[in-house]
Amino acid sequence: MAIATASQTIGPYWHLIEDSTWADLTRFGAEGENITLTGAVLDGDGQPCADACVEIWQSDPPVSEKFPGFGRSNTDSKGVFRFTTLKPGPVPGRGNAQQAPHIAVTVLSRGLMRGLVTRAYFQGDKLNETDPLLMSVEDPARRATLIARPDGAGVWRMDIKLQGDGETVFLDV
Amino acid sequence: MNDPTPFRPYAQGTQPPYDVPEYRGTNKRHPKHALHALPHTVTETTGPRFSPAHFPPAVDMTINTSGKPALGERIIVAGTITDENGRPVPRTMVEIWQCNATGRYDHPADQHDAPLDPNFHGEGRVFTDDNGRYRFITIRPGAYPWPNHKNAWRPNHIHFSYFGPAFATRLITQMYFPGDPLLALDPIFNGVPDAHARDRLIAQFDLDITQPDWALGYRFDVVLRGRAATPMEE
Repeated sequence: MAIATASQTIGPYWHLIEDSTWADLTRFGAEGENITLTGAVLDGDGQPCADACVEIWQSDPPVSEKFPGFGRSNTDSKGVFRFTTLKPGPVPGRGNAQQAPHIAVTVLSRGLMRGLVTRAYFQGDKLNETDPLLMSVEDPARRATLIARPDGAGVWRMDIKLQGDGETVFLDV
Repeated sequence: MNDPTPFRPYAQGTQPPYDVPEYRGTNKRHPKHALHALPHTVTETTGPRFSPAHFPPAVDMTINTSGKPALGERIIVAGTITDENGRPVPRTMVEIWQCNATGRYDHPADQHDAPLDPNFHGEGRVFTDDNGRYRFITIRPGAYPWPNHKNAWRPNHIHFSYFGPAFATRLITQMYFPGDPLLALDPIFNGVPDAHARDRLIAQFDLDITQPDWALGYRFDVVLRGRAATPMEE
């Protein structure tokens, strides 16, 4: 059996491959409930990570010619990323479980030898109470790091803390 | 409903940890908590699809809009992308970026005192064929200093981004060159604990890829994660 190739950091110069339109997952004409998903990436000192690459992936709505399901955003001088996308619905979990609506989020940056993966759930969704991943995070304060909060009309905000107080739950994918 | 087949866990020691003390940038960016277990669901076992129609390939990084050739040593890089089960990864997008022959990125954050080449931007994009093979043309990148420690220099390298079939197969890595004396001193390269896994980040000079009277060829084969069990086939 072959072994997967090792990861190396994306480094500070990944913007050479950046296309800022990728942050808008509705750019090919997808229709649905438009939302903005935004937040700041912060380091262990609470300082913004201004050179990060944030990627999102959602398996709902299903990928189509009009909806890529995947997006990429840089972070600005305040560490802030921003996506325009469609709000996902619930998707199947393992066994007979159902997963609450969520978006997978990966942070890549200088100083990260591998991507850090987390998820953005949506505050107030009833399915959050029975979501297998959320239920598996026992500490409510830690669980809360996976939940985006409303921040204006159609805007959901979830900061990502890489280290220290309020450290985001990162997933072993 | 059948559960999606998960991808294999990474083999021990073959991926770098988040905390690499010798790589200073990791000090304030690595999580202190262990990663939280997540059995793979449809979110992890599906992934984006990129078609050349929406994402046009840029196979020759030495040619650009000016019509003038980039300066430096032209090279060909080619290889095969397979999964851990030995199957080719067909029609997957590969993103490529790098500094120029003098060791300078065409990027505002790079202030290294080395000349930019107006005819080299350093961005490429290719797709594998039906057999997982890819090939592109570029300039051999230079070494450059970085502020990690006293007299720190990055070995020559090319950055790669791979997607594969699923969110779980995403990979970002760097390709190095054989015989580079800076490899032994580089905390990013050496952040991979397993020596064999490190060596596989070094491309091999390949006379079959080399084009006579034109450019040296390097082979860089990549393995993406494979599924833990072979799914039933039709």
